[in-house]
Amino acid sequence: MPSFRLLPIALLLFGICFGFAAPAFAQASNIADLVNALGVGGFPEREAAIKALVDSHDPHVNEILQELNDGRLFVSSDGGRVYLQGGTADAPTYADPITGAVAADVDPDTMGKVKINNAVRTLLSSAMSQLTLRSPDRAARLAAARDLLKDADPANLALLDTALAAETDATVKSTMEAARAVIMLKTSASDADKKAAIDTIAARGNKDALTILTTALASAPADLKPAVQADIDAITRNLQVWDVAQNVWYGLSLGSVLLLAAIGLAITFGVMGVINMAHGEMVMLGAYTTYVVQETVRSVAPGLLDYSLAFAVPAAFLFTALVGVAIERGIIRWLYGRPLETLLATWGLSLILQQAIRTVFGPTNRQVINPTWMSGSFDFGGLAITQNRLWIVVFAIVVFVILQLVLNRTSLGLQMRAVTQNRRMASAMGIRTPFVDAMTFGLGSGIAGMAGVALSQIDNVSPNLGQNYIIDSFMVVVFGGVGNLWGTLVGALTLGVANKFLEPYAGAVLGKILILVFIILFIQRRPRGLFALKGRAVEQ
Amino acid sequence: MTEVNRVLAGLGLAAAISTGILMPQMAVAADDTIKVGILHSLSGTMAISETTLKDTMLFLIDQQNKKGGLLGKKLEAVVVDPASDWPTFAEKARELISVDKVAAVFGCWTSSSRKSVLPVFEELNSLLFYPVQYEGEESSRNIIYTGAAPNQQAIPAVDYLMKTEGVKRFVLEGTDYVYPRTTNKILEAYLESKGIAKEDILINYTPFGFSDWQTEVSKIKTFGSAGKKTAVVSTINGDANVPFYKELGNQGLKATDIPVIAFSVGEEELAGLDTKPLVGHLAAWNYFESIDTPANKKFISAWHTFIKNDKRVTNDPMEAAYIGFNAWVKAVEAAGSTDTDKVIDSIVGVSVPNLSGGYATVMPNHHITKPVLIGEIQGNGQFDIVQQTASVVGDEWSDFLPDSAPLISDWRKPMACGNFNTKTGLCGGTTKAVAAK
Repeated sequence: MPSFRLLPIALLLFGICFGFAAPAFAQASNIADLVNALGVGGFPEREAAIKALVDSHDPHVNEILQELNDGRLFVSSDGGRVYLQGGTADAPTYADPITGAVAADVDPDTMGKVKINNAVRTLLSSAMSQLTLRSPDRAARLAAARDLLKDADPANLALLDTALAAETDATVKSTMEAARAVIMLKTSASDADKKAAIDTIAARGNKDALTILTTALASAPADLKPAVQADIDAITRNLQVWDVAQNVWYGLSLGSVLLLAAIGLAITFGVMGVINMAHGEMVMLGAYTTYVVQETVRSVAPGLLDYSLAFAVPAAFLFTALVGVAIERGIIRWLYGRPLETLLATWGLSLILQQAIRTVFGPTNRQVINPTWMSGSFDFGGLAITQNRLWIVVFAIVVFVILQLVLNRTSLGLQMRAVTQNRRMASAMGIRTPFVDAMTFGLGSGIAGMAGVALSQIDNVSPNLGQNYIIDSFMVVVFGGVGNLWGTLVGALTLGVANKFLEPYAGAVLGKILILVFIILFIQRRPRGLFALKGRAVEQ
Repeated sequence: MTEVNRVLAGLGLAAAISTGILMPQMAVAADDTIKVGILHSLSGTMAISETTLKDTMLFLIDQQNKKGGLLGKKLEAVVVDPASDWPTFAEKARELISVDKVAAVFGCWTSSSRKSVLPVFEELNSLLFYPVQYEGEESSRNIIYTGAAPNQQAIPAVDYLMKTEGVKRFVLEGTDYVYPRTTNKILEAYLESKGIAKEDILINYTPFGFSDWQTEVSKIKTFGSAGKKTAVVSTINGDANVPFYKELGNQGLKATDIPVIAFSVGEEELAGLDTKPLVGHLAAWNYFESIDTPANKKFISAWHTFIKNDKRVTNDPMEAAYIGFNAWVKAVEAAGSTDTDKVIDSIVGVSVPNLSGGYATVMPNHHITKPVLIGEIQGNGQFDIVQQTASVVGDEWSDFLPDSAPLISDWRKPMACGNFNTKTGLCGGTTKAVAAK
């Protein structure tokens, strides 16, 4: 009876087939329901729906979670069906999120976005990181490992272990090990394992490690507590050292902003002796030029948008230099030797320029985008350095060097210095002093315009932009020594660093007051600033 | 001669008739409009926010005139520019009331400007509608406060943080002036009453127009690394916001790590920012442009038509101006006159629709009822509403400050008192109640 003997095997085979086929079948019908469940109820229901979706292990899950995170999933107000929004903002299309088939009969007015809040967002990033932990893309793996480190759910331990075994990249691996260590601390692992985990975390030695250890301290087993506390103290000491370095960096970065804002003034005020209250407005015009250039690039060559700043720098220089020459020829040259009138006239001019910009561009801020190469930050040892600040420091140095070269290596620079030191003698030697005056004022204004390009990256592009910097600029120039660019450099960096060292202790408001008081006292002692200019004209 | 006489008489008659006709016409021309004062800065630092409100008022007046005006008369806007200068506010207010003889004034933004004009409105007995969220601790007979009091914005906001985000540690970050200082004082008292320890609250102030946020943001990061969920409550005002958010974005401070909830950042402020790194940070207001109601859609499309720019956003103070204007129109219609005393009597209890699908009622303390909305910043510069409460009555004297807790305000007769002390039973309250300048 061979057939009878085969029967159990046949039944077994049948059972296996059925056993495999049934969940697969259920999965196929369920996924649509699971996606539609995302649109039902409030945030807690949404969190449950996401968890159910993740548990289904459907290949579409990651895609759908990403779309939900990006806010592209919409739900119809009537039937509770979830669609994927595509097309343009004016003419949206709605498609099935799984099949991608566009639904033609959907009225955009009845569609509501499937909203998420921060709690759902956290859950989403942790769910997506579970799914991307073994992605072939290194950046995706690193992001996933960081998310797991932040979230540290013991349920992910097995997942993490498999990923760790396969991981080859050192940075990703160390992040994963840290995440694993944090999870170990949360589980009921043996004290030895926990000790190893604490060592792994402490070895990272940064602020995140400090946070993790401080949290772990409360729940750590009694015999491990001293070790954790020792690690916390060690990291704190280490961070204090880095804090000093961080403050120096912040100070240099503030100093470079001050330098950029003040260096043009160092020429117009320092070299020419013109109290130019409209200097800040030159900075503002530079920032608006950046905006105009950006919008032009956006409409002409959108692909170059990331590099629009490269076009903005010369454009801002030329435009503000022209405005500067016009101001010098139109107003200031009539007022040489009358500082009070110059002050009032340029103050009035600054108001006129502000209101003109307000009339042309409107009173609200304009958006100048940060190019991708200037966004974000990176860690350098214990320092967190933001890209845009780094580039501004570099830019300030370049501008300073070029300006020094212009003043010391060109004939225009030579004439400028000659006119500054002794106007009448220079004139007697055949230098056209009015021309040199106009060029000098133009140069100073042009540099202020370039400062505006840099400031558009960190500050408001609004008609008031310049006002925030005018007082600081005068402070730097007076402190550094009138008529001396090195003085301006040292003055700006000193004030920047001093400000940033005072700020953590005295607070921003008091810090600023202390700096002002210090400068007043300093000027009493050394009326000519740090680096006094020597020359006959100075005595006048 | 008779011919001449007849001609003369005819001329006389004609003159009499023409003057007779002209005179009333002139009188009618003067009488035919109701003047409305608009007191918003169009230049200086506050122009960035206030210019939009001036446009909003012109828009509302234009709409009312299209509906046939008020009491059969046309409304006429008188726009003045106080140039972001507080003494000029008082001067221009006086000019509007005494020279232009306006029926009511809509204006002011900062608390400093409101404090500056308050004595003028009380002295000349006129009416001001103030459309901006503020620190409370004030109730004047001559001011209707259509913006949020602290209990309609700040307190529900920290409640949301504690309940939904599970926040246990707070940074109260503000610009150094009266609104943030008073609000933070109230918040500190409130948080302590909710069991938040003193060492879990960090209060920090920066000057106006502050632009170098590196140290502050890193201080927030450090404060947030103590193992408890931390959030920032921001009362940073005006120009300082853009550099603050840019620094947040660049230092990679995500909303899922340390959320920032702001009381002075709306759609207008976000228009100057790339909001993609800021998704999930929060704001608490009584209105967001993204509110999905027919009334709001109609308002936005009418506003775009009026301003001839469909990129212009709407914001919370605009809704407050809308409510204030409509409440005034309704009160004038009820009183049958624009006389200040009559309008003040008739405006209490007036209910007008707001833009979030409910009603705003003017309460006896001259504050209004508002729902509280919490929104999360989205990548497109708009807010997604994640929580909306029922209408809350504005509480002028905070219950969380010991000096103002016993004070109430009721401008209905016979009480008619803005600071009645329920403990002593005296009007005049306490002179110590938070010296808000």
